[in-house]
Amino acid sequence: MTPSTGVKTLKIDGRDFSARPDETILDVARENKIFIPRMCELNGLSTVGACRLCLVEVKGSNKLLPSCVTHVEEGMEVTTTSERLTHYRRMIVELLFSERNHVCSVCVSNGHCELQNLAQKLGITHVRFPYRNPKVEVDASHERFVIDHNRCILCTRCVRVCDEIEGAHTWDIMGRGVDAKVITDLNQPWGSSATCTGCGKCVHVCPTGALFEKGRSVAEMEKRRSFLPYLTLMREEHE
Amino acid sequence: MTPDELLEIAETERESQKRFTHRVNVCLAAGCVSCQSQAVKDALDSDIARRGWGDHCQAKGVGCMGLCSEGPLVSTGVLTGNDRLYKRVAAADAAEILDSIDGAPVSRLRCPTDVPFFQRQKKIVLENSGVIDPERIEDYIAAEGYQALIQALTEMTPREVVEQVMASGLRGRGGAGYPTGLKWSTVAKSFGVQKFVICNADEGDPGAFMDRSVLESDPHRVLEGMLIAAYAVGSSDGYIYVRAEYPLAIKRLRAAIRQAERAGLLGANICGTRFSFKIDLRLGAGAFVCGEETALIASVEGKRGTPRARPPYPAMEGLQGQPTLINNVETFANIAPIIRKGGEWYAQVGTEKSKGTKVFALAGRVQNTGLVEVPMGITLREMVFEIGGGIPDGRKFKAVQTGGPSGGCLPEEVLDQPVDYESLARLGSIMGSGGMIVIDESSCMVDVAKYFMDFCMTESCGKCTPCRVGTYQMHRILSSITEMTATPQDLAMLEEFCDLLKHTSLCGLGQSAPNPVVSTLKSFAAEYKSHIEDHTCPAGVCGKQPGGART
Amino acid sequence: MLTFAKPAPPNDDKRWRLVDATMRRHGQQSRGLIEALHTVQEAFGYLDDLSLRYVATSLRVPLSRAYGVATFYHFFTLKPAGKHTCVICTGTACYIKGAPLLLDAIQKDLGVLPGETTPDGKVSFLTARCLGSCGLAPAVVYDQQVAGKVSAQALREHLSQWTRHDA
Repeated sequence: MTPSTGVKTLKIDGRDFSARPDETILDVARENKIFIPRMCELNGLSTVGACRLCLVEVKGSNKLLPSCVTHVEEGMEVTTTSERLTHYRRMIVELLFSERNHVCSVCVSNGHCELQNLAQKLGITHVRFPYRNPKVEVDASHERFVIDHNRCILCTRCVRVCDEIEGAHTWDIMGRGVDAKVITDLNQPWGSSATCTGCGKCVHVCPTGALFEKGRSVAEMEKRRSFLPYLTLMREEHE
Repeated sequence: MTPDELLEIAETERESQKRFTHRVNVCLAAGCVSCQSQAVKDALDSDIARRGWGDHCQAKGVGCMGLCSEGPLVSTGVLTGNDRLYKRVAAADAAEILDSIDGAPVSRLRCPTDVPFFQRQKKIVLENSGVIDPERIEDYIAAEGYQALIQALTEMTPREVVEQVMASGLRGRGGAGYPTGLKWSTVAKSFGVQKFVICNADEGDPGAFMDRSVLESDPHRVLEGMLIAAYAVGSSDGYIYVRAEYPLAIKRLRAAIRQAERAGLLGANICGTRFSFKIDLRLGAGAFVCGEETALIASVEGKRGTPRARPPYPAMEGLQGQPTLINNVETFANIAPIIRKGGEWYAQVGTEKSKGTKVFALAGRVQNTGLVEVPMGITLREMVFEIGGGIPDGRKFKAVQTGGPSGGCLPEEVLDQPVDYESLARLGSIMGSGGMIVIDESSCMVDVAKYFMDFCMTESCGKCTPCRVGTYQMHRILSSITEMTATPQDLAMLEEFCDLLKHTSLCGLGQSAPNPVVSTLKSFAAEYKSHIEDHTCPAGVCGKQPGGART
Repeated sequence: MLTFAKPAPPNDDKRWRLVDATMRRHGQQSRGLIEALHTVQEAFGYLDDLSLRYVATSLRVPLSRAYGVATFYHFFTLKPAGKHTCVICTGTACYIKGAPLLLDAIQKDLGVLPGETTPDGKVSFLTARCLGSCGLAPAVVYDQQVAGKVSAQALREHLSQWTRHDA
């Protein structure tokens, strides 16, 4: 995007901020340590506006807007937390839990899981509707990594990091709706993928315990994300 | 092609048609074809040849005549009039029809046309349907076809074309009713190295077949509408995104594009002007969500048809990141008459905010099923009981469903309301693309709501959480209601989901998925209640229905 | 600069020429993926790993993306179809007028779910969202032929003609 002349000023939760016109509401919030929940967004990857957790209220708009893809505008008045937003966010997190089979107590990511952390932050003690419990597999065919589809929330971070940062595009989504699934190559065992470079970026951007390193036991899988801002920064330096 | 050449083709064609003092039109649109109307046409052809009538009598394949439930339909006429419509014609009836063409009609096949189904219609989009041969460009030109294009190219500036469309008050016929002129003007004013015009022919609403019918009956009308739009917005590339499930429409569109190219009406320097435009077909592949503009664009680009956040709107950043005009088939089909007769002429038809006519596919539990074009503002009662002829088998009316899976079910109490964008929205439904399904007392409204939720669940692209998992959870609750195992808490949860999906889903599919549930909860709450509290289905559908609403 | 050589067709089947022609018409660009898959399905009846791999590498589309596209659209099938196909329309008008009875009859008689083929390979059972033949509801397509106002009885009779041992 071409740098624009006009810096915008806006209000987030009653506080005044200034922002470049190419910044999103979420960018400004992050810069200023205002927490907005999200699952699909990860700083350094493209944004898709899919999880709907980062919806915010904007004065004058009767629609809730996804803060990760909504650019700032002059005079915007944003509310990031309200009773209504919290209600919706809780329901969305409950939906994510109910979609597959999440059992925190036996999960490699227990204690380091973004979904679990957000549930706690939102005060969710139990999910009010039944789990779907689909039959999905655990693929341990890769020499160093495992994907457990039971814990996947279809945030597509792995798809994006593999395509945008590693450049391999090993991952994508197959099917649609509630039957959608992340796949490697032609929906084949990960270990047999000819395009996978084994870099492990997908594992470390995964918000849950769906992607993890082999040999990790319960609660042992901590994700390291520092490579992402580093790589992004290094690329900008090169340009 | 120059304007004079066009007039000459029209004149020659009219002359050659005058030769035929006797004509027999056979519907060759998909509805009648599936009732063997091609065999009827063949029988008529060979009988005419056998009689040696070839010099004055012609059997012509034409498009849809509307009353699909009574097909195959055949109309006959002589120069002086004597027009007749025959229904349920078989190949064996050919001789009898030809014998009586000058005399008394064949009463056993006669289909009366002095009934509201025909009399209450006003045809603009369908003016050529059932009249011209959709496979011959000459027939379209003889019926004033491509005159509007030439008029636009030679006498009007692009701005003047947009002004006429604005003056007509035409609104998008795909469902949402966005003002067409405003959309054109936005694309015209957007800056891009290239601009695209896309015709959305991915008619996905179950129970709707207006677009299919227009494409099969009068394909050149759609091409002409796109050409005029391309001239108005400054585009040189067009696509028609058409359902692969419509093979006949695809065949006729392909033929029409070839004919128009050969006639110099598509391609470079059309009519000797600097205006160039080409049209390519893109086949849809069975994804309802691709009716959404951004998903459609992704699909045209060869990707998974998932929508993205708007803005930016396709009118500014669409196909290949360029300004893109997307209108549906019926919208484009309205353009030529608007340019020919003027926007003000069009605006005389309809209501204050909903101008012109609308084509509806009337189906379900109603006497006359088929395709009708009516002025906006007609009441729902007139649609169901006059044009539709009421409910068959002595049953009682229960609801009329408009807008497909994004629409709602409207009860008896609102039947006197007019059919226009605002009224239907106020009643909790939408105009939609034009499917109108009549439901009688033999259907259970909870089951109908479950049917639509199953549709939305299966058609959800899976990108955003509320739609992907929410439609599944809503379908689960609706299933438990129809299985008589739901509790009042389940019903409360269902209402929570309605609110969640409406306000948090990414695109129109998810946002409107609750509509069938909300509208049935509003008008048929008692049916939900008796399933939950008394464990009975008032319509006697649930519980005993084998197989359920599985698809 | 890196150059990609277009791969040779997987075998000497002449139908690959049709696929090549479609891909050429779209300038060997990734945006021609769906059109190319349509051609494969028309020529071979279904999409398999061999054809997906060939189309993907020819158009320089990642394998996982090609598979994602092929499974997103319900018109595409990854399994070969049976000798006959029976498509039940499940559009609203057909649903209201008795399509559930037809679905039940066919599932009972053939013992297969929508999208499946009988084990003997004789009949594939599919459903359609809407055929647009709502005036003829409920509608069924027997081997490309649309039949209107179909009763469960008529459907069963038609199926039994296909599934008889000598059929």
